[in-house]
Amino acid sequence: MDENIGKHNGKCKLRKECSGYCCTKIQGFSVKIGKTEILREVNLHLHCGELTAVIGPNGAGKSTLLKAILGEIRHEGTIAFAGATGNITGMPMIGYVPQQLEFDTAAPVSVKNLFVACMSRKPAWYKSSKQLDEKILKCLGRVQAEGLINKRLGSLSGGELQRVLLALALEPMPQLLLLDEPVSGVDRKGLEVFYEIVSKVRELYDLSIILVSHDLDLVKKHADRVVLIDGTVILNGTPETVFSDKRLHETFGLTGFFDSEKAENRGKADEPDL
Amino acid sequence: MSQIYNILDIILPFDWLSYDFMKNAFLAVLLITPVFAILGTIIVNNRMAFFSDALGHGAFTGIAIGTAIGIIQPMWSAILFSIAFSVLITIAKNKTKTSTDTVIGVFSSAAIALGLVIINASKYSSLFVGDLLSISSQEIGVLLVLALAVIVLWILFYNRVLMVSLNQSLARSRGVNTLAVELILTSLIAVVVTVCIQWVGLLIINSLLVLPAAAARNVSTNARQYNGIALIVSVVSGISGLILSYYFDMATGATIVIVSAVIYFITLALRKRFV
Repeated sequence: MDENIGKHNGKCKLRKECSGYCCTKIQGFSVKIGKTEILREVNLHLHCGELTAVIGPNGAGKSTLLKAILGEIRHEGTIAFAGATGNITGMPMIGYVPQQLEFDTAAPVSVKNLFVACMSRKPAWYKSSKQLDEKILKCLGRVQAEGLINKRLGSLSGGELQRVLLALALEPMPQLLLLDEPVSGVDRKGLEVFYEIVSKVRELYDLSIILVSHDLDLVKKHADRVVLIDGTVILNGTPETVFSDKRLHETFGLTGFFDSEKAENRGKADEPDL
Repeated sequence: MSQIYNILDIILPFDWLSYDFMKNAFLAVLLITPVFAILGTIIVNNRMAFFSDALGHGAFTGIAIGTAIGIIQPMWSAILFSIAFSVLITIAKNKTKTSTDTVIGVFSSAAIALGLVIINASKYSSLFVGDLLSISSQEIGVLLVLALAVIVLWILFYNRVLMVSLNQSLARSRGVNTLAVELILTSLIAVVVTVCIQWVGLLIINSLLVLPAAAARNVSTNARQYNGIALIVSVVSGISGLILSYYFDMATGATIVIVSAVIYFITLALRKRFV
């Protein structure tokens, strides 16, 4: 499998060897919960400016991998960020968009309140300064969501909320962006918009992005690199190589997940036309 | 104090405010209701209504223990006990997988039972109902200090509390120490509840905390409206409850609760137009 890990075989020391000028290295990630081994020896090299899609069947450990990277659950292995010249600077700055933000949808909290709470020391109920207002609008502009600033969080649609959370994860600008795509609650169109914005963000800000995805069609279209996980890394390569590999179909075929999910997505895609 | 009384006589020359005990109660309402509104908005946003109710029980037991040990001023032992009690519940809540309701329920009933065993309940029945009209001018000084402390902490911690109330993981990912925020918050509520319980009473203190915030929540879409409306509802129902109780000879705390409950139901009916 080694030849598949990273275009540059992990030797990202010289600037010209890398596709981006920097990268994040994840080495030997293993997660055990009790006696159950959920992830084993995951190695990933994430180049800046690349969108890495993580796919795999249900229970493969995709979300667990993100939580381990975030440090929310205990794990073995190391994560390090290497700058453009190969200097290791330790933990990368991480931005995270959770799969589903569980919150009280009746809460009287607006999008602006959330940004003020995260970005300023002044209480969110206090009248915010013009500068801060402009900064928040700039953040929301990155995800085409300026119009949502005064909306209540609980009144946003699944796709809108996802974009607002993405905007929040991009402030301050991280080095590594972790996205856990929602399984439900976002319609097909919302999902496409989200992928387009993520693609644009990757190019504009030269981020490493890990996207846990359930939509293989969109992955094919937007990802630079696809990683198939099922307890450990099964496949790692460009979308073309991964999607033409037999093991992809074996992994999904075994659980019957691949077909059923495709059918489900098709169903979703048809709905708006009806 | 007499100067303040004179000022009150000049700006509010009303019949109901002519007695000193009514002036004291009026000042107390002006101090207590904003504090309750502030804490109430946080309690409701964090879904802690049951928790703050349990803190009242903890405060009762604290006063019981203080009295039993024979400390002349049981207030300090009560405050210490309440803080310890709230810290214990918070930690138990975070460490165990048992549902929060169960943890709080267990602590709450254990505390009230302990309190009832230690002291002769009939002697301390004032703690159950409370008497706002019994407040002394020195005690108003204590309330003033408490109110200032709450307001300062509210301003300092508001944003962090807001993040924690939305989603703990989100708060942690933005560098918030969620356990510390929770502990500060619960200790603060514990202290306020303990100090106020003798005037407001164990049975209704939680309604005074929760009702203004619950009413505000029905008709607000952002933090500014939520806090502003809760403050207005709390102060208005406090003062009008005090006046009503004077003219109709009713228990002051209970009258205040009834007024805020009426306001709550009105906002509930209006809810669909706002949210």
